[in-house]
Formats: sequence, structure tokens, C-alpha cells
Amino acid sequence: MREAAVVSQPNPLQRIPGVAIVLGVLIVLFGAIAPGFLSAANLSNVLVQSTILTMLALPMTLIIMTEGLDLSMGAVLTLTSLCVAIVSLATQSMLLGLGAGVLVGAAFGIVNGWLVAITGIPPFVATLGTLGMAQGLSLIVSDGQSVVGIPHSVRDIYSATLLGIPVPVVIALVTYAAFHGLLYHTRFGSYVFALGGNREALRYAGLSPNKLLIAVYAIGGTMAGIAGLLMTARMNSGHPTAGLGLEFDAIAAVAVGGTSFERGNGWLLGTLLGVLSVGVLRNGLNLISLPSSVQVASVGVLVIVALFLDGLRSRS
Amino acid sequence: MTDITKEALSPPRSFLSQDAIQLFYRLLAVFLICAVLAVLNDSFLSLGNILNVLRQASLTFFIASGLTLVVLTAGLDLSVGANVALSACVAGTVIHTTGSPALGILTGLACGGIVGLLNGIMVTALRIPSFIATYGMLWVLNGLTYWYMAGETLHGFPAGFRQIGSGYLFGLPIPVYLLLVFLGIGTLFAQRTIWGQEIYAIGANPVAARLSGIPVTRRLLLVYAVSGTMAGLASIIFLSRLNSAEADIGESLTLPAIAAVLIGGTSLFGGVGTVFGTFIGALILTLVLNGMNLLAVSANWQPLVTGIIVILAVWLDMKTRRRAQ
Repeated sequence: MREAAVVSQPNPLQRIPGVAIVLGVLIVLFGAIAPGFLSAANLSNVLVQSTILTMLALPMTLIIMTEGLDLSMGAVLTLTSLCVAIVSLATQSMLLGLGAGVLVGAAFGIVNGWLVAITGIPPFVATLGTLGMAQGLSLIVSDGQSVVGIPHSVRDIYSATLLGIPVPVVIALVTYAAFHGLLYHTRFGSYVFALGGNREALRYAGLSPNKLLIAVYAIGGTMAGIAGLLMTARMNSGHPTAGLGLEFDAIAAVAVGGTSFERGNGWLLGTLLGVLSVGVLRNGLNLISLPSSVQVASVGVLVIVALFLDGLRSRS
Repeated sequence: MTDITKEALSPPRSFLSQDAIQLFYRLLAVFLICAVLAVLNDSFLSLGNILNVLRQASLTFFIASGLTLVVLTAGLDLSVGANVALSACVAGTVIHTTGSPALGILTGLACGGIVGLLNGIMVTALRIPSFIATYGMLWVLNGLTYWYMAGETLHGFPAGFRQIGSGYLFGLPIPVYLLLVFLGIGTLFAQRTIWGQEIYAIGANPVAARLSGIPVTRRLLLVYAVSGTMAGLASIIFLSRLNSAEADIGESLTLPAIAAVLIGGTSLFGGVGTVFGTFIGALILTLVLNGMNLLAVSANWQPLVTGIIVILAVWLDMKTRRRAQ
């Protein structure tokens, strides 16, 4: 067991260059060509806007480490954001809204995990199916309309600060710390490494790989629920297409961050730098007045390049 | 052990009888759905509705037939819907600027084919897993299309061109004739040509295929290019049927196409399935969605139902095959 974890442990020194170079090049590039990119206000803006993506990319890292994938995350985030909006509107309580979002997100995560672990359906198809289900439920609960009139208690989460730091950034940092502790300093974390590297070892150790896999996907759904609160707070409404395609930014952040799709290795700090790379790329393109469509296309190119390099590394 | 090696190590089984049984179940499903809908709704059996179902099924089939070949090689093409949108917008622009539908059709097919070829290059030369390469392509194409259209809508095409999607010949919609033609070509290609058989071999066991001298890379490039070109064809039918093109027309097309392939019995693990099965799959999915429409269920329910059908189809397929082995 310990052996499996040691074999799967990434060597950060080999990885730091890749994603750090990407982030560095992007910052220098946009610092040179985008007016106001390096201003404190804009950089803080990049950080705040990257928080929702952080909440998705961290659990996505764990899922990809198990040689899985969750294509439903964006659609589930949309649904949980709507649940937060509807419940907080009805009860005027931020906590009840958050509870509803987390419950729905966790339920979807468990369904994803169950489909992948128990039925053996390949993750990308199973979660494509649940993507359709979450998208459909979003349209059904909202009837295709925006949910407006969200209570202040929800909206304030996005704009408030704690000791001068925006609250969303605090939430993202706490989440990062929690994931770091979970992955590198608990038994569960080494089981996650083993899920990708050596499932047989888990069985010999008397553990159930299926239960662990369901837990990993459930964490993903739960995080989508918490991110749903941030999304509703950010848009000051619930919208049936709010999170469309966000799973792709999360996959991009994980891929750029150096987590391998083929070997089951994961590196959380790399994912965090990957999230910032995606955030800087989108923000910079926005500052030089390129439309969001170009941002979407360039994130697509970023993923393909990152995966190509990942393939090269794993062969060399 | 990966699923490919499992497939390779499993004892040889009779494809014919297994496929015949699978097909029988699916035809039975078509019959049952028709019977239920005929009882629930009077207008289901009207000629107008039946022709409508066939026309809808043909649109899904065009995209799904090319996709079937990709899935037969144990790959997946998630970019087909976005490809339809880009090809339709490019073809529409060409028709508007040159006034020549023929030129527009050729550009639409070429645009789809080139996108497919790029997918093939990512999967073969860059060795990126197909589902993630084509998923990246989906977002690249989406971005390009929205940027290119900039919120505009193209509409108003020559009457002759619009006949392709909305015209009738001897009482049947023209897309239905195209469906029969491509069903024939697809079946002949997959079942009766060496290239088709090589595609099955690659899906069943890529290593054995390579060792037995099959040019795996060239066949994979062909398969992705065909899938892209069929998306290009679908874009032409869409353009002439809707008489307009917008950046968002592809968003609801990929999931139904994948559903049609999987309901049709093509295995995600490659090497098993037929183009005819995909036709039946497209028919079953269209019947379900048409039935919901007739029973006045809101269109908002369609992605939910399609998602459930995708999962059920794969699950049932895996269960029946496991038992057969």
C-alpha cells in the first residue's frame, strides 16, 4: 500500500517548470500588451474570478487521478446555483440555500460515482449522461427563466472582505488547504493515489475501491454545490446556463497543472497554478477586447497543447 | 486489465446470432413504443407525423452514422454538434456571398471534413485520448463559430437549396431518401469492404490490427474525417430545413447522436456494432422525443430524458454482453 503511494507520488521539481512557465509567459505577455493588466485592482479581480474555478478544479484533480473524468460538473454547478437561488429566495436564508445546493450536488456526485464504480460505464459517457440530466433539471426547475431577487445575505458573500481579502478568495484558500491536507496528509489521500495507480493493492489491503471511487465523485458534486452558492452570489441571480462549459475550464486547469490523464498522478499546487493560468488568459484576452468566444477557443487550444505535452512526457 | 485486453482474451463468440438477437430486441422496442404512442395519442399514426419522425430521425442519423465508425474503433467524437454549427455558418456565408448553393454545399462538407481530419490528427499523431481531444475541439469550434457570427443570424436561401431539407419527392421528404442512400453506403462500407472490416479489427484489438499489417493511423484518420464530413452533410440539411444559420444550432445535437449510436448497440469498447443498428437507435430516440412532444411534455425535459437513455443504453449493452460471454 505504502509502496503504491510512493510510486505514484509526483516529483514536483519536474513539474514546476511546465505550468509555472505557462503562467509566467501569460503574465508577461498580457502585462506588455494589455493596458491595466498589472494594476492591483485587476489582479485582485483575476483572483476573485478564479475562485469558482478553483472549487471545481481541485476535486476534478482527484477524479482525474483515479483515471476518471466528470463532464457533468458545469451542468451540476448550474443546477446547484439555481437550487441556492430558489431556496434562499423562498426561505430568505443563505444557509438553507447552501444546504440545498450541497445536497443536490452531492446527490449528483454519488450518482456519478455509482455509475462509474458499480456499473463500470466509462466515466466520460456516464458523466455525459448526467450532464444531460442536470441540464434538463436546470431547465425544468427554472422553466428556462432567470431566478432574480436573491436575498442580500447571499449576494454579500461575493463582495464582502475579511481582513482586506475578498471572501471568495478566503473560501478558495481554505478549500485548497483542506484538499492539500486531505490528499497528502490523510489515509484517504493515499487511497486516492492508489485508485489511479494500483487498485489491486487496495483490494489486498481489505478496502473497497468502489466505495472510495464513489466518495471521490461525491466530493466533486459537493464542491459543485458550494461553488453554486458563489455563482449565485456573483451573478446576483440563478440562471439556467450559468455554469455551461465550466467543467472544461476545470479540465484545462488540471491538464495545464500537470496532472496526468494516463498515469494517475496528481499535483494540487499545479492545478491551482493552472486555474490562475486559465484566469489570466481569459482576463487578458478580455482586456484587449477579444470577445468571450475567442477566450473559449483559446482555452480549448491550451488543453490540447497541455495534453500533447503530457503525452510526450509520459512516453519519454 | 483494460477492457481492450478483456475483449481480446474473451473466447470467440458467434457475432451473427448475438447481433441478430440484439437487433430483434431493438425492433421490438420500436414496435412497442409505436404501439404505446398510437394508443395514447390519435395523431401519432397520421401520415404527417410519421413523415416528421422519419425526417427528424434522418437528421440524427446523418451525424450518428459517421460517429458509429469512430465508436467502432473504440474512439468518440464529442465535437460533432459544434462541427455542424460551424459548417452550417460557413456554408451559409458562402451561399450568401457567391449565390451558388453547389459551392456552399461543397464548402460545408469540406469544413466538416477538415475538422474531422484535425480530430484524427490529434488522436493519431498527437496521441491524445479521443474523448478529450474532441472535447477540446468542441470548445475551439464553439468559440470560432460565435466569434465568426458575432450574434448575427444568416437567413433566406435560394428556393432550390431549401428543397434539400424541406422538399418532397413522390410524397416522401427528401432527407428520407438521403437517409436510405447513406444507410446503404454505410452498411456496405462497414460490412462488405476491406477497409470497413479493418475498422472493426482496429476497434476489437488495435495491437493485433497493427501487427497484422493494417495501416491503423490511416484508417483512424479516415474514420474521423468521415465523421466530420457527415456532420458537414447534416449542417447542409439543417441549413436548408431551417432556412437560417445561428452559432448555437449545434448545442443540442451531440448528446442525441451519441445516444443513437449507443441505443443502436454499438459498443463503446470498439469492434461491435452496425450502421443499421444506429439507424434503429436514431428511430427509437426520435420516437421517444416525438412522443413526449405529442403528449405535450415541455421540451425542457428532452436533455434529461436523453441523458437517462444514454446511461441506460450503455448499461443494458454491457449487461447483455457480459451475460453472452
